Amino acid sequence: MAQVVPAERDLRRVIGDGDAVPDGEVEGLTEHDLLELHRSLVLLRTYDERSVVYHRQGRIGTYAIFWNHEAMQAGSVYALEDEDWIFPSYRESAIGLLRGMPARTILQWWRGHPSGWWNPADYNVASICVPIATHVPHAAGLAWGKKLRGETAVAIAYFGDGATSEGSFHEGANFAAVTGAPVVLFCNNNQWAISTPLSAQTRADALVDKAVGYGIPGIRVDGGDVLAVYEATREAVARARTGGGPTLIEAVTYRAAPHATADDPSAYIDPERVEEERKNECVGRYERYLRRLGVLDEAAAEQVRAEAAELMRTGIAEAEAEPPADVALVFEHAHVDPLPAFEDDLRELRGG
Amino acid sequence: MAELTLVEAINDCFHVELGRDPDVMVLGEDVGRAGGVFRATAGLRDTFGPDRCFDTPLAEAGIMGAAVGLCMAGWRPVCEMQYDAFSYPGLDQLITHVGRYRWRTGGAMAFPLTIRMPYGGGVRAPELHDDSPETYYVHTPGVKVAIPSTPADAKGLLAAAIRSDDPVVVLEPKLHYRTLRGEVPEGEHVVELGKARIAREGSDVTLVAYGSMVPLCERAADELAGECSCEVLDVRTLKPLDEEALLASAAKTGRVVIVQEAPRTAGYGAELAAVLAEKAMLDLRGPVLRVTGYDVPYPYWQIEDAYMPSVERVARAVRKLLEY
Repeated sequence: MAQVVPAERDLRRVIGDGDAVPDGEVEGLTEHDLLELHRSLVLLRTYDERSVVYHRQGRIGTYAIFWNHEAMQAGSVYALEDEDWIFPSYRESAIGLLRGMPARTILQWWRGHPSGWWNPADYNVASICVPIATHVPHAAGLAWGKKLRGETAVAIAYFGDGATSEGSFHEGANFAAVTGAPVVLFCNNNQWAISTPLSAQTRADALVDKAVGYGIPGIRVDGGDVLAVYEATREAVARARTGGGPTLIEAVTYRAAPHATADDPSAYIDPERVEEERKNECVGRYERYLRRLGVLDEAAAEQVRAEAAELMRTGIAEAEAEPPADVALVFEHAHVDPLPAFEDDLRELRGG
Repeated sequence: MAELTLVEAINDCFHVELGRDPDVMVLGEDVGRAGGVFRATAGLRDTFGPDRCFDTPLAEAGIMGAAVGLCMAGWRPVCEMQYDAFSYPGLDQLITHVGRYRWRTGGAMAFPLTIRMPYGGGVRAPELHDDSPETYYVHTPGVKVAIPSTPADAKGLLAAAIRSDDPVVVLEPKLHYRTLRGEVPEGEHVVELGKARIAREGSDVTLVAYGSMVPLCERAADELAGECSCEVLDVRTLKPLDEEALLASAAKTGRVVIVQEAPRTAGYGAELAAVLAEKAMLDLRGPVLRVTGYDVPYPYWQIEDAYMPSVERVARAVRKLLEY
């Protein structure tokens, strides 16, 4: 019987504050890796900020903002191999960009166009999960299923603090633990579930403590520190790939933007706290770190930003250039063998 | 041909299907070591190993959700829900993912999972071991639903479900797991989804039923033999419905009585009646009647017989229709 190990409560950090807290480093990361991580961060940030603009311009629908969540997404994905599977929630809608998915595809998802739905096997990125935590059992099942086949792939499932209150989180985490599924359960604890603060979500001192109940290791990391996130995920992935089963990672951050474009947080959130968090947002923090290290100069940073902006310009232009979807698609894809009624339904829809 | 009980036919199906396709696996509560509380999966763990007949934690949404992921990893999982009403926690996964995931992938990924469960009352069981939840499943887009009424169909429909690349829910009449015996083809036996069966030929009235109500309708037909000739149509696949068979029988007899164990309102019988209203109006000599359970929680078992459609209630409906 494995000994129950208390989850690690201390927040892991690598990036210092340029003052009293010294910078650390992650073993094995080259300068190239550091700049790739930066590129990922900027790509996600640009996607997110442009999407809010596109929403205001009426070019995409309601959009779930992930501003200040980029370090959790970029850091963790960088610790994966291409064979590993990503199970995103809507907060990670653009995570496919890090796997080469075109911006056009994700923008079309937010535009409600059928071309925004992709084949998960093309990128090893599952469909965006809209209900809360119900994809946790999927990640457990996929990882377990791969393991049963003797494959080495690992899965990672992303969910928020609120998701840990859902039954599906519990059933998925327990299923993963019991089957020894090679899966990383990645909780981005941004401390808000729309308007519900973490204190109203749980009596647990730390969400990572829940790992103990499943008999799996738990790691707690500063979610605004891309290097700490990378290192923690790398450790969890290595454990999973070598038969050590699942790990729960709690990445602690703060939601410094509305839940979504339809949300007005002024009714429930302290604006001063938000302002403070925004000053310490994750992309700027990492850029300052790289500058202290002498790895990034302003010209290089500007170049990365310009590339990301261009990618978004191309993405939205391509999305808007696509013809409207044929209504026949209403009846497509739900079944391998379509229901016999669909033929009549389509004829009737077209006025026949 | 072998003479098997309904549950033996299901077990036979599993041995054949797991034997022919190494991607098929069974998961559920107590399916492995115990072979299932009704022994539907008996012997599978010994024959195919604990990974292909897997005892899961007690978590119905977890079972269905894990099965979604297993499909993505290339498996064809068959999930057992231990009892009809125990499947309700799994409805979350069924509605939000099982029936939608293929659509979500633009048809690129198949989700060939099967969900099967014993259903229905009449077995003197505790609360929530007696429900007929077929309507919840039928109403879920992306999911097909089959209910056998004979041992041969129990084997053949389950085989079709396992081989289907679409998710299929199979509800098995637990009342007849051991009380019904019949000839079952040996080896591979598949009953195509979407095809109804004439359980008994007749000319005056059609009794439309599925699952445990089919034998009941046959008994009612016997009871009425001196008064009229009843045809019994076994729907077998609720979705997709074999409309052709339903309409052909309605056209032949001109009278239809639908018999359903589930509560009446918005039950599957209402769908059958609506199809008849839309497409068989001019063939009918009288109203479509329903004999159903009531809109109540399934009763305490000492008085459960009062809830279940009976031969008498079916016969009364038939006589009423003949006199219309």
